[in-house]
Amino acid sequence: MIAEIGHFAVILAFCLSLVLAIVPLIGTLLKQELWIAMGKPLAVGQFGFLLIAFIALGYCFATDDFSVAYVAQNSNSLLPLPYKISAIWGAHEGSFLLWCLMTAGWTLAVAIFSQSLPRYLVARVLSILGLCSVGFLAFLLFTSNPFKRLLPHAPIDGRDLNPLLQDFGLIIHPPMLYMGYVGFSVVFAFAIAALLGGRLDAAWARWSRPWTTIAWSFLTVGIALGSWWAYYELGWGGWWFWDPVENASFMPWLMGTALIHSLAVTEKRGVFKSWTVFLAIATFSLSLLGAFLVRSGVLTSVHAFATDPARGVFILAFLLLVVGGSLLLYALRAPAVQSSTQFSLWSRETLLLLNNIVLTIATALILVGTLYPLLAEALSGSKLSVGPPYFNQFFPWLMVTLALLLGIGITINWKQSRMLQLFSYLRWALLGALLLGSVLSVWHTQGWLLPVWVGLVVVLWIVLSVLTDVLRKLRNQSSTWQGLRKLTLSYYGMHLGHIGFAVCILGVVLTSFYSEERDLRMAPGDQLQLSGLTFTFMGTQRVKGPNFEADQGEIKVTTLEGGHVTTLHPQKRRYEVQRSMMTEAAIDPGLTRDLYVALGEPLGDGAWAVRIHYKAFVRCIWLGALIMALGGILAVLDKRYRRRRVVVARTEQTSETAYSHA
Amino acid sequence: MNPVRKNRLRIVLYIVFGSSLAAVLGLLALDENMNYFYSPVELAAGKAPVNKTIRGGGLVVVGSHQRDTKSLANTFSITDGQAIIKVHFTGILPDLFREGQGVIAVGKLNASGELMADQVLAKHDENYMPPEVEGALKQAGHPDYSSSPAAATN
Repeated sequence: MIAEIGHFAVILAFCLSLVLAIVPLIGTLLKQELWIAMGKPLAVGQFGFLLIAFIALGYCFATDDFSVAYVAQNSNSLLPLPYKISAIWGAHEGSFLLWCLMTAGWTLAVAIFSQSLPRYLVARVLSILGLCSVGFLAFLLFTSNPFKRLLPHAPIDGRDLNPLLQDFGLIIHPPMLYMGYVGFSVVFAFAIAALLGGRLDAAWARWSRPWTTIAWSFLTVGIALGSWWAYYELGWGGWWFWDPVENASFMPWLMGTALIHSLAVTEKRGVFKSWTVFLAIATFSLSLLGAFLVRSGVLTSVHAFATDPARGVFILAFLLLVVGGSLLLYALRAPAVQSSTQFSLWSRETLLLLNNIVLTIATALILVGTLYPLLAEALSGSKLSVGPPYFNQFFPWLMVTLALLLGIGITINWKQSRMLQLFSYLRWALLGALLLGSVLSVWHTQGWLLPVWVGLVVVLWIVLSVLTDVLRKLRNQSSTWQGLRKLTLSYYGMHLGHIGFAVCILGVVLTSFYSEERDLRMAPGDQLQLSGLTFTFMGTQRVKGPNFEADQGEIKVTTLEGGHVTTLHPQKRRYEVQRSMMTEAAIDPGLTRDLYVALGEPLGDGAWAVRIHYKAFVRCIWLGALIMALGGILAVLDKRYRRRRVVVARTEQTSETAYSHA
Repeated sequence: MNPVRKNRLRIVLYIVFGSSLAAVLGLLALDENMNYFYSPVELAAGKAPVNKTIRGGGLVVVGSHQRDTKSLANTFSITDGQAIIKVHFTGILPDLFREGQGVIAVGKLNASGELMADQVLAKHDENYMPPEVEGALKQAGHPDYSSSPAAATN
């Protein structure tokens, strides 16, 4: 009964999204105020019904209703309750319901928080979001219904959630990631609405910016969580594999990063307008491409969901429709969008343009590496894959370029800057970065390494140039505190984001070059010395979990002098229902290093294959990502995005007439 | 040409130059790092290059997995039903590595036609069959995999 209510709610939401996609948009053409005003209630209704559907599915999981096929495949009566809930998005159908719910949620947020925007614009934006919902919900209903029943032969118990997904990281990773993916649909809708209305100006960029930034922040956290999860759950200590599915989430992130910067230029200086619109379209298209790659089963990957050709065809068609349609509109309308102002070569505009170029090149090269195997197979039938070395060859250098540009970009003036003056601002940061970077890079016992030196210099360069800029801003203030208070939240957000980038680079570089790892055979009593620590294998014993049994190893970690550091308990789990083995690594976390121990396989006589890692500064990677996301959130909280309606009322009148003429 | 246009032209030229450079470098890198997949039949027929990273995949032959008693060295054989290729791998095998299961070994062929793997992949799913392996089995006419993909889930 509950499942049927859920199914019915999805159908109703689908109907509402159809109306939402059509009525407000037509209303703007026919100038029917009533039709335009329908956007908000429809958005509320759509979200409400999807929420009901989502809760219904959650109820089916919580009450072990194994007559629902999706529940039977992904849950089990022994599964702990939090995992029963997270199992809602543990596989394709349910996760797509979450995706749809989030689309509706963003739509609702736009409807609520855009009171001060011109009504014509809001109506168009809501309609386009509705159109996206139509596509998603049709996909859900016709190819991936999570409420399908297994009647009359309902199984007695479920097949259990994939053990890899029975984990805290996986409870929050997909929702964050989807919030990001789907969030980019808002700026996409704004871009299309602007193209339809034929008006793209600084105000448009100001309205789009907070939506883009917040979606980007979610995606940042989502990707970081995914990386963290892979690190501790897959049991081999890697944090990024250039796996096609990772790339699928990374490409929209890179494009979204470019978009944030280009939106800034469009808002402040009114240039790059058509480029910004193009980026908005590209970012959302890459999000959809990601969905296609993950859900169609065309790729070999740890993440790929079960295959069903019908799904792939559907998403591909939808993708082509969205990309083709929006690019067509872009081609028709963008030439009309002209930039009126100019800038010289030495200006922040140029630097941000370079930022965009670097990010776009990075995205393009990743796209090539990800799609080339598909293309090659389609064209010549040869099966190949593109390994991580390909990505590692270009990506670090692009990021170094980006970091070097960053320091200049935040200091340089808009419109025009004098090179000499710029140099006098930045010389201390440059000198400091070179000196301090050189000193720090010889510090480590492994000796001087060129990549580490480059990495440290680049990190220090970012940090010091950010500091330089803040100090410069404070120079003319009466007191430091007064000055700091006068700076806006979005200014802090920007710098925090850049510091996060620096911390992330620091983590990546140090963990890549200063980590040590050893896979070896260890019998009880065996010792290994690694990175100044002694690891002693004490043997294993049997332990029992709620739905698994495990061999639990004990490894004592001491300093070379014998002082106690920690004791680690890695497990090798056997999940009974799925009859699958799982490696549960034991980690002693720390800001400067992680100790990471995982059990391989038993080798007889109590000996085990053991994997021992010393991971230098690995936490900085995710910490940096979190700082970046925090920067994004700070920037969105800036009060200029929360202008009162009164203030905008005057401009609205003029823009409203402009829209109605469009 | 007025200065503004000149400026613009310069920027455009930079962009064109920069992106073509990136494209050329990217394609070179891609060419170097493409790992082709070969089935055991193709490997046995000498179709794969020696000493270049490739991917070989098939079912692990039952009874072929041997482990060194001192180290983490493993040898096992993979097959598509027509040919058998020996694989050497030192390290920790994935959790779902099992005899009779489909795996992919990434590594280089040595002179005697054995695959020296530095990575072995088995998917994190009991019923998973790597698509390449499934295709190879079908082509080789393996009895279990000739009909439909559903047959791949044992």
